[in-house]
Amino acid sequence: MDIFLQQIINGLVLGSIYALIALGYTMVYGVLGIINFAHGEVLMIGAMVSLSLLHLILSMTSDLPAWLTLLIVLSVTMAVCAALSYWIERIAYRPLRNAPRLAPLISAIGMSILLQTIAMMIWSRNPMTYPQLLPSIPIDLWSSGATITGKEIVIIVVALAVMCGLLFLVEKTKLGRAMRATAENTQIAALMGVNPNRIISITFMLGGALAALAGIMIASNYGNVHFYMGFIPGLKAFTAAVLGGIGNLKGAMLGGLLLGLIESLGAGYIGDLTGGVFGSNYQDIFAFLVLILVLVLRPTGLLGERVSDRA
Amino acid sequence: MLKEALFDRLPRSAYLWIGIIALILLPWVVGASGGNYWVRVLDFALLYIVLALGLNVVVGFAGLLDLGYIAFYALGAYSYALLASPHLPQHFETIAAAFPQGMHFSPWIVAVFSIILAALFGILLGFPTLQLRGDYLAIVTLGFGEIIRIFMNNLDRPLNLTNGPKGITAIDPIQIFGISFTKPLDLGLIQIPGLYLVFYLFLLLAISVAMICLHLQDSRIGRAWVAIREDEIAAKAMGIKTRNMKLLAFAIGASFAGVAGVLFSAFQGFVSPESFTLWESIVVLAMVVLGGIGHIPGVILGAVLLAIFPEVLRGIAQPLQQALFGQVIIDVEIIRQLIYGLALILIMLYRPGGIWQKGGKNS
Repeated sequence: MDIFLQQIINGLVLGSIYALIALGYTMVYGVLGIINFAHGEVLMIGAMVSLSLLHLILSMTSDLPAWLTLLIVLSVTMAVCAALSYWIERIAYRPLRNAPRLAPLISAIGMSILLQTIAMMIWSRNPMTYPQLLPSIPIDLWSSGATITGKEIVIIVVALAVMCGLLFLVEKTKLGRAMRATAENTQIAALMGVNPNRIISITFMLGGALAALAGIMIASNYGNVHFYMGFIPGLKAFTAAVLGGIGNLKGAMLGGLLLGLIESLGAGYIGDLTGGVFGSNYQDIFAFLVLILVLVLRPTGLLGERVSDRA
Repeated sequence: MLKEALFDRLPRSAYLWIGIIALILLPWVVGASGGNYWVRVLDFALLYIVLALGLNVVVGFAGLLDLGYIAFYALGAYSYALLASPHLPQHFETIAAAFPQGMHFSPWIVAVFSIILAALFGILLGFPTLQLRGDYLAIVTLGFGEIIRIFMNNLDRPLNLTNGPKGITAIDPIQIFGISFTKPLDLGLIQIPGLYLVFYLFLLLAISVAMICLHLQDSRIGRAWVAIREDEIAAKAMGIKTRNMKLLAFAIGASFAGVAGVLFSAFQGFVSPESFTLWESIVVLAMVVLGGIGHIPGVILGAVLLAIFPEVLRGIAQPLQQALFGQVIIDVEIIRQLIYGLALILIMLYRPGGIWQKGGKNS
């Protein structure tokens, strides 16, 4: 039972991070109908920038309270990544909006390589350790043997709060209405006085800020950062977005949490289930299996309604 | 006018012959001026041509983005590595008992096997995705490439199938009709070094693949692919079975990579998961995009350029930095990646047809 509970906790932590990234994919898909291949790299840059900021702050003063340090790092990193995401859209996507569909995909891959290379040049080709700001002392849950750390609690709570905030923004505010209108039909939204370019830019910036948050969470959860760290979470978050129904915000959250749970339960039990033939080093395979299964059985995802129109 | 005057004087067949002779002499010229190292580079360039032409069938003809293309190359390479090396007999007694002389399957048999295997995997992957949006295929293939690598890396326990990250060594070299491609071939008057023989073999393969591609392009199938790429709904309305056609493109592209993989592992004598990373898939994609998506001569040019480019860069960038700054500031590998990334973006923005794009009625 303790293993089960422990994997549920791990799954929730992973899942809330995936959900944050998946939101970025799904929002961009909503307004533009494309997959933002460079999204994972925004996350990586976020983690790198936050590392440099942390070093900078820690080298200047050591008596700043941890929460204040964290707040400064978070807000600056999210702003940087929002700006980065804005420029990615301006450079790699906007000029190609009316080009054949392959073109933005390829330019986005180029962008993603470029960002990785820049990270290698500015920071390092090797993994770097990420300082721990939040308490990582395990707390025993109901003396069951399963533990949760303060850090993990913060990750889950912050992710949930941000997701609620985003839902509020999209469903209750004027900006959110403009975003939904653009996603529904760009041309008609434009006729109604919405500036689609502005909405698309804002969507990218929101996605970038969420990716930055997720990047910091991943970095502090694993305790290290490297230039390649955005690729696998990006792939998995995309799977989460498809699982929940791409283009659907609640779907992305649900898909992220579900995928996190599937993955950590799968990794926890695969050894027992296969008699030790496969170990937890096959953890990354679950997301792929989920992706294939969803595409075969229910391509619209759990909460998606729109049938794939542009095949 | 000058161009016409020069080119009209000779019949077409003369150019063909000049080309053939130039290609036959190429390894000798390169070998004499640059040594065996550069002949090896040429050999690999030819393998890259095969890979790029295969990916071009998927990306260029059918308009589908495959980001895990190198996985099919890996399938071919590991098939041959397992079937023609001491690895399996060493680790499995039953296999050792079944093959007392050791496993030495001919590369040609394995090539046929891996064509089927790669095509099969291509169909398996394509089947669930190809009826959906094209972008899904890109992600699924991306994931597939990663999965294959995870398996190659981890299938050394509990049964040692792939030997994990250490890879498989002592793979049989290529042999045809008793002619070994590792020793020089003695023809009485001249001796042809093994590396040159490999060049001719790979050249034959590359030319055959190019011919197949040319024929495919002009066939009913090729026209169906273009129709799908340009407007899938219209293609469907014209009675084209779009899903089958896309599957066919995917399978054909995969099988080219499978064959190239077999020859790669026979030529190299060693395979490890390191040769089949996502980066390799991106390199092949960059060849297709840079040369000219869907344009066979362009793709060949792109493959040759990008296969030779890192070697040239290695020769220039390091000494140049030494001379300018007194030390190497940016690693050559990083410069290479930077240029690839920039090239993909800039080509898409400013010259989507590639550097040698299709002229005439189709452009």
